[in-house]
Amino acid sequence: MNIFELFAQSFPRLMSGLGVTLSTTLISLAIAAVLGLLFGLMLVSPNKVFRGIAHVYVDLIRGTPIIVQAFFIYFGIPNATGMRLTAITAGVITLCLNAGAYSAEIVRGGIQSVPKGQMEAARSLGLSYGAAMRKVILPQAVRIMVPSLVNQCIITLKDSSILSVIGLTELTQTGRLIIANNFESFKMWIIVAIMYFIPIMILTKLSQWVERKLKIAKN
Amino acid sequence: MPKIEVKNLSKSFGDNQVLKDIDLSIEEGEVICVIGPSGSGKSTMLRCLNQLEDATGGTIIIDGNEITDPDGDIDLYRRNIGMVFQQFNLFPHMTVRENITLAPVTLKIMNQDEANKVADELLERVGLSEKADAVPAELSGGQQQRVAIARALAMHPDVMLFDEPTSALDPEMVGEVLNVMKQLAEEGMTMVVVTHEMGFAREVADRVIFIDGGYIVEEGTPEEVFKNPQNERTQNFLNMVL
Repeated sequence: MNIFELFAQSFPRLMSGLGVTLSTTLISLAIAAVLGLLFGLMLVSPNKVFRGIAHVYVDLIRGTPIIVQAFFIYFGIPNATGMRLTAITAGVITLCLNAGAYSAEIVRGGIQSVPKGQMEAARSLGLSYGAAMRKVILPQAVRIMVPSLVNQCIITLKDSSILSVIGLTELTQTGRLIIANNFESFKMWIIVAIMYFIPIMILTKLSQWVERKLKIAKN
Repeated sequence: MPKIEVKNLSKSFGDNQVLKDIDLSIEEGEVICVIGPSGSGKSTMLRCLNQLEDATGGTIIIDGNEITDPDGDIDLYRRNIGMVFQQFNLFPHMTVRENITLAPVTLKIMNQDEANKVADELLERVGLSEKADAVPAELSGGQQQRVAIARALAMHPDVMLFDEPTSALDPEMVGEVLNVMKQLAEEGMTMVVVTHEMGFAREVADRVIFIDGGYIVEEGTPEEVFKNPQNERTQNFLNMVL
């Protein structure tokens, strides 16, 4: 069987795997965006307690492998609480906590790259800290953050393959299951790789386009 | 009652005390120029006046409001105190008009139409009517600083603080900014100006304050301070800059 026949034959299962990969990634990224903004703002907060909480979160996630986090959430938490999670729920929690921590660092970096004088000028006019952040700092920070955030989306999409270890039938796990039946390891992994590669290339091109747009808007 | 009343103001950064026991009283409509060597604490003192630096000790009262009161609404007090920075600090992602209207509209003091009208009037005053739709990057330093003055004036402040407003400018642009400030002084604005422009201080200031080592070393009319300085440190400083 050549690679095209193989692809045609496994097409429904592969598409369902890709669907799980993309939807898990998208939901995780949506939650991660909220977490990233929230904890990113906390990382630059004048309030010590907020900063402390955010640092603990970011350090815990960055300091442990994602595979350990996935095992902990899928097996560890039910073991301690008796509350069972589905693989997809555990997967989404793992991915969004992970992407959220890295995004928080990106948000912090973006905010801190805006010159200090911008906040001072806004505050000197009587704007509150929050209003200055919203109207003056964040709009400038976002432009700086876009390339890193898109990069984080790509990393999260690829990291979702790790969720195969908790039995989530996303694209990688689907590939393994198909190979278990037909032993076509060489061709199948090429097919799986291409199916990751295409959405990632689309994302990359999209980010380059957005970056160009932002540059034009700035000049 | 004085417009600005500073009592026993002190400011430390860690162990480093940069302001010591500053007492200062400024009447409505007075123009004060603050001079002194770099690192003397003059900019820090100015920044304490609107609490961009929080005072370590002492009190500052502006227009009857105690700026240094930790329970006071500093955002509200700041509306009344305009500030112009050495580096202009215009918002680069907004047009000139948006820079000027941001605060009054966000703070719901004016609606966008009213604020736009105020912006146009202010831009005319600083001679930049045709630049309303430009973004800061398209302006020269002198033009940016004039926009920054207009932005501060849009809140109709009673007091204006200037932190070395011409120090970052090319020499040929200093004049246009000083002229706007001079005009403002003539209209009766209460102004505190940290500056190295001795000519401006001599011509426009009602009072000149010399700060060194965190203390007000000498204070008087421009005539007194420039022609007949009493303190040796003032004499040394003036010998070097004049």
